[in-house]
Amino acid sequence: METEKVIRAKELTKKFGAFTAVDNISFEVAKGEIFGFLGANGAGKTTAMRMLCGLSLPTSGTASVAGFDVYKESEAIKKNIGYMSQKFSLYEDLTVTENISFYAGIYGLNDRQIKEKTSQLLAQLHLVGEEKSLVRSLPLGWKQKLAFSIAIVHDPAIVFLDEPTGGVDPIARREFWSMIYAASARGITIFVTTHYMDEAEYCDRVSIMVDGRIDALDSPMNLMKEFEVNSMDDVFLQLARNAQRIEG
Amino acid sequence: MKQFLIFVKKEWLHIWRDKRTLFILIWMPVIQILLYGFALTNEVKNSRIVIFDQAKDEASRSISNEISASRYFSLYKTVNSYDEIEATFRQGKIRLAVVFPRGFRNDLLHTNHAQVQLIADSSDPNTASMLSNYAAAIINDYQQSLNDNQQLPYTIKIQVRMLYNPELKGAYNFVPGVMALVLMLVCTMMTAIAIVKEKEIGTMEVILVSPLKPFRIIIAKTVPYLMVSMLNIISIMLISVFALDVPITGSVWLLMAESILFTITSLSVGILISNTAKTQQTAMFTAMMSLFLPTLLFSGFLFPVENMPIPLQVISNVVPSRWYFIIVKAVMIKGLGFAAIWKETLILVGMTATLLGISIYKFKIRL
Repeated sequence: METEKVIRAKELTKKFGAFTAVDNISFEVAKGEIFGFLGANGAGKTTAMRMLCGLSLPTSGTASVAGFDVYKESEAIKKNIGYMSQKFSLYEDLTVTENISFYAGIYGLNDRQIKEKTSQLLAQLHLVGEEKSLVRSLPLGWKQKLAFSIAIVHDPAIVFLDEPTGGVDPIARREFWSMIYAASARGITIFVTTHYMDEAEYCDRVSIMVDGRIDALDSPMNLMKEFEVNSMDDVFLQLARNAQRIEG
Repeated sequence: MKQFLIFVKKEWLHIWRDKRTLFILIWMPVIQILLYGFALTNEVKNSRIVIFDQAKDEASRSISNEISASRYFSLYKTVNSYDEIEATFRQGKIRLAVVFPRGFRNDLLHTNHAQVQLIADSSDPNTASMLSNYAAAIINDYQQSLNDNQQLPYTIKIQVRMLYNPELKGAYNFVPGVMALVLMLVCTMMTAIAIVKEKEIGTMEVILVSPLKPFRIIIAKTVPYLMVSMLNIISIMLISVFALDVPITGSVWLLMAESILFTITSLSVGILISNTAKTQQTAMFTAMMSLFLPTLLFSGFLFPVENMPIPLQVISNVVPSRWYFIIVKAVMIKGLGFAAIWKETLILVGMTATLLGISIYKFKIRL
């Protein structure tokens, strides 16, 4: 079965002086897949993700994102990806609509598209009537959903989610994941880093980084089988126990 | 270009929503300039004095009248002993005492050896010497008026002309100073804070992942503050012309153009600071320490640079506001044209290019 690959990384390495932050990682992500990118703090997740987003150049190895080369075509990559950071990255002093049209605008959507998207998002998120409220006044769960919707407002091929569920309650997290599934069903590839192992189980496949390497990569089911444990938590702990780097 | 405008619009919304800051940005220069204009002046006006007239003759009385009538002094009271003078000084009531010895007029006309004693409170040395100079000048005037009648054979008449500022108004000096201060404060501090704020709330990450070019992001963030500073320049000029009677002698357009140049210099310093600062507080303090204080100290606004020790003079050369201060004084007060300030302008252009170059280079690396 040959599915379309939207992320291909081969022997990707990033060194900062003598320190190897990302050590020779290779993986592929298929279109529409929900790909969990796990690892302890300092394992190299963020650095790897930055390379894929076109924010920093790899030291060696090759990678392509949405069909574009990370060395030469970072501008094209940026147009085709969405990004949501752990801080949700909304402007608290702007209204819901202003946030939507700002982010849609910098991705080059025209006025008509922005208008359409705005009313569509407001309806989807049940925010009709709140469009003129400042984002500051929204509950955290709503902010998170709004941030995710904004990250995919330009229908990117891939959306990178950097620990997107920090600080929200379990119900909001569940609702959030149903949005992720909906986006994946529309063909948007989801690349998500997380600390919550129960969330890892929602992913199609997960990779676990230890000391800059990918030490495990498979579906959660297969990983649990391979490590002979009952939860992703235990898989993670077994791998992380061997880690040399300890960092906050 | 459209993305750029969207960004500028968003930046305006930030400023607009934060009414308190906007209020400060717009009114601060007005209040500052009025404060310097009317309250914090180092001009001497109506300083209180006492006169101890032991002579009580025609000459001493004429001089006393002249002194009391001048706008520099107002007579607090006449006293009758040195002890009384001392007591009034101690109470802090007066700045200067004038003492005429017994037989003053007689000495003046016949012995050619008349003396007047001026006693000044020099706990504030500048004021003390200014006051004694003014009093001495009045006494000299009186002496010359006598000479006019008598025609002494050899006299030197000193004619003093105060160029550019005949009334010796402090405003002529501080209007340029406040312009430099305010522009720097608004541009440097506000841009630095605005950029660092985006880093703090995490939106910078998202913008950097977007197709917007870093260079455009920086420029878009500075444009609104550039406009606010234009507003400030105009309000300062209006106040100085209409409220403080400081005319703009030279070309208004040249002054505007130079101010825009200086604004861009300050903006680039702000961007540079935002590259290194991690929190808004750090950004603010760095802006304060690296620009506000040096401007106050080294621009020549409060203390003349020529009187500083050489090392400090050297340091003052790298303070952009020093050059802007010279430019504003030249254009606004002296009415000079571009020919007189091209060197200073060139220095500012050089500084701006360097700063902007460094900050854009560093900005890219950080992403």
